Amino acid sequence: MNKTPAAGAPPKRAIDIVNASLKRRYARERRFRFIGLSAVILGLSFVGLLFADIIAKGHSAFVQTYIQLPVHFEAAVLDPDGSRNPEVLARANYQQLIRDALRTEFPGVTDRRETRTLYSMISVGAPTQLRDRVLANPDLIGTTQDVWLLADDDIDMLVKGHIDRGLPENQRRVKDQAVGWVEQLEAQGRIAKRFNTIFFTNGTSREPELAGIAGALMGSFYTLILTLLFAFPIGVGAAIYLEEFAPKNRWTDLIEVNINNLAAVPSIVFGLLGLAVFISVFGVPRSTPLVAALVLTLMTLPTIIIASRAALKSVPPSIREAALGVGASPLQTQIHHVLPLAMPGMLTGTIIGMAQALGETAPLLMIGMIAFIVEIPSGFTSPSTVLPVQIFLWADSPERAFVERTSAAIMVLLAFLILMNLTAVLLRRRFERRW
Amino acid sequence: MHTSTLLILVLAFMSLAYYVGRKRAISTAGGVTRINTLHSLPVYYGLYAALWAGLPALLLMGLWAGFQDDILVALVKSELPATMLDGLSPGAASLLVNDIKNLASGAIVSRTPTPEMQLAADRYNLYNQFAVWAMWLAVSALALGGMAFAWLRTQPKMRARNRVESIFMAILVIFSSIAILTTLGIVLSVLFESMRFFQEVSPLEFFFGTLWSPQTALRADQIGASGAFGAVPLFTGTLMVSAIAMFVAVPIGLMSAIYLSEYAPRKVRAWAKPTLEVLAGVPTVVYGFFAALTVAPFIRELGMSMGLNVASESALAAGLVMGIMIIPFVSSLSEDVINAVPQAMRDGSYALGATQSETIRRVIIPAALPGIVGGILLAVSRAIGETMIVVMAAGLAANLTANPLESVTTVTVQIVTLLTGDQEFDSAKTMAAFALGLTLFVVTLTLNVIALHIVRKYREQYE
Repeated sequence: MNKTPAAGAPPKRAIDIVNASLKRRYARERRFRFIGLSAVILGLSFVGLLFADIIAKGHSAFVQTYIQLPVHFEAAVLDPDGSRNPEVLARANYQQLIRDALRTEFPGVTDRRETRTLYSMISVGAPTQLRDRVLANPDLIGTTQDVWLLADDDIDMLVKGHIDRGLPENQRRVKDQAVGWVEQLEAQGRIAKRFNTIFFTNGTSREPELAGIAGALMGSFYTLILTLLFAFPIGVGAAIYLEEFAPKNRWTDLIEVNINNLAAVPSIVFGLLGLAVFISVFGVPRSTPLVAALVLTLMTLPTIIIASRAALKSVPPSIREAALGVGASPLQTQIHHVLPLAMPGMLTGTIIGMAQALGETAPLLMIGMIAFIVEIPSGFTSPSTVLPVQIFLWADSPERAFVERTSAAIMVLLAFLILMNLTAVLLRRRFERRW
Repeated sequence: MHTSTLLILVLAFMSLAYYVGRKRAISTAGGVTRINTLHSLPVYYGLYAALWAGLPALLLMGLWAGFQDDILVALVKSELPATMLDGLSPGAASLLVNDIKNLASGAIVSRTPTPEMQLAADRYNLYNQFAVWAMWLAVSALALGGMAFAWLRTQPKMRARNRVESIFMAILVIFSSIAILTTLGIVLSVLFESMRFFQEVSPLEFFFGTLWSPQTALRADQIGASGAFGAVPLFTGTLMVSAIAMFVAVPIGLMSAIYLSEYAPRKVRAWAKPTLEVLAGVPTVVYGFFAALTVAPFIRELGMSMGLNVASESALAAGLVMGIMIIPFVSSLSEDVINAVPQAMRDGSYALGATQSETIRRVIIPAALPGIVGGILLAVSRAIGETMIVVMAAGLAANLTANPLESVTTVTVQIVTLLTGDQEFDSAKTMAAFALGLTLFVVTLTLNVIALHIVRKYREQYE
């Protein structure tokens, strides 16, 4: 300030320089702020886009197309000797009934190839549907009933509008003739979309219209139960020991560094561990919830331990001192006084860990969970798959109908994850204590 | 006669022992009115008895379940006529044993069973039945014996609480060592297989070779499929996808962290932050689906309309989506470090007349830089190890290219493809997967150690 200004020039004060630059600086401020805001908006719009895309693709999988046909339950086909023996009924040729019904519905079709196209409008699962009906009520034999039959996936896609009827015929999976039949049936009100129960009650299948997530859901359920049983006691126990009892020495330092690093090891490496150790060395059966749970336990342990330690840290020392002061042993202090106070935090961490385990795919591919398993798993050691792996497998399938089923499976998975995370948040809100 | 039934039986024994032990303690003390003469609370005598009844029995059960089959197989094998095993390779012998087992359980057998095999299978069944019975007897006897032992030992002077607590402490120590065991297991399992791999393929070829084609010959006379294990294309592919991801995630993540921690009103922050973190909770397989079915076709169409040739599984699509996945990771880590910068530094800067953005750029970011760099390194390690997005959206072909519109493959993709096909466990292909796993583990571990070190050092600076 005390520099002498050059002779002749008007004296320039600091405030003038500042004032002159203010406009530019404020503009930069606004620009910076705008960039920050747009980054947040961009991030949020990615969330929106992801969810909108999945829902737009998947919502139609919750309904399934059915075709109504008058089926004549021909006694000569179903029960030639008239015995009504359930074994005979179970093995009868139900496909024949459907084919007959289709032919009577569209009498003009005679050409071999055309007949095949006609037959393929109804799902290969429809005969089972008829069989179950007849077995439940053998009196149907000999009568003609209007039955809603499961449509094939291509017809399903056509009815739902996923196959563009305006495209030239050779670019379309459903040919003009079949489109004509469908339009005829639609005009008669014989095509309807109903809630897709198959999706929730069936295991997977090569046929999209018969594929469901029940098997994968049960597999995920068994896996998660076991993971919880292994990971929660071990995680909480390790946290109590490390936080409350462990002497400060190199060994415990090593364990601590280790836990922090394990939390950041790529999940696929845990899959390699599961393959090389659990399956090859210990002989745990492949593609079972048991081996999946072992791998996922090791994966989620760091999360649970870190959260549990934070919960233990937040319990004030005065609680421990008071308990010790009235004569409780160190372990009694922990179990009777500290643990109940830290439990909400530990449970929150565990739920978040379980949510991770539920969504995890990569390590499970290594331990054989990608096998094609139709049956719904019945226990911890029966071959099974889990929901995210099922999503991966379906996403690989070429049929158009699997796209919407994959998206629907993703919606179910996300719903479970949101539910779990909401529980964790509510738990934290409800029991969080400021000391 | 299932093992789980036995497990339930042992648990029943344990609760019985608990009840008996507690009763016994009270009666040796001379009734409920005199329990003050006991060293510990009656509960601890009960627990003491339960542990004696349960632990040895469970241990025996575990050992038995682990070794029973090996012993039975050895027995059955020793009784097979010597001519059947002569000249069989270990693989063929284990196949024979497998067939005998399948025959025994009534499953499908890979050959027509000979009378000798049928005999062996019958014997196997017999031994198996016998072994199961023996296990039930031994385990129950041990549980009852343990209970009786505890019953005899129970007197008012016995320090039951201390004994029970020392067992619990031992269990806690074992639990906390599992983390170490896991790391050890990872290192050993990958290292062991990798060593075997490097005996067949030289490390020099693996780390510096530029041709990756892991198809090994199935028959000796097959041509053109000798298998080439030069992993450089995988490394460059991984780096390219990760770099694209970081280009997306770092600016967006960092800027939103700055905005949320410095500018956003409390209310906006309260819902924008958790919403952004939803991205971190979405399973990676969902991102993979999104990348493969929405983003990749979109980029392809876009490229076509601009006259560019875009592969349907371009590195760009996988990288972009991976970047989206990492945004919350970068933003929450940066937010933590930005919040850790002391308020005094901001106030000092404002006092000198700096605007808010000048304070952020000239004061806060330089102060928080080490922490931000640490966070970014953690994000890089996450990107390198990410599997599902690249498996679903990046390709399988190992192209050595710098063009993000072409298809590349990554280390994780190759691990998955090598290990999910049908091949024997110790072929060069599967061992190559473990060598890749080792590389991945070492790289991410190094990145993590550096990042954690930086972050910790930085935190100490302001505490």
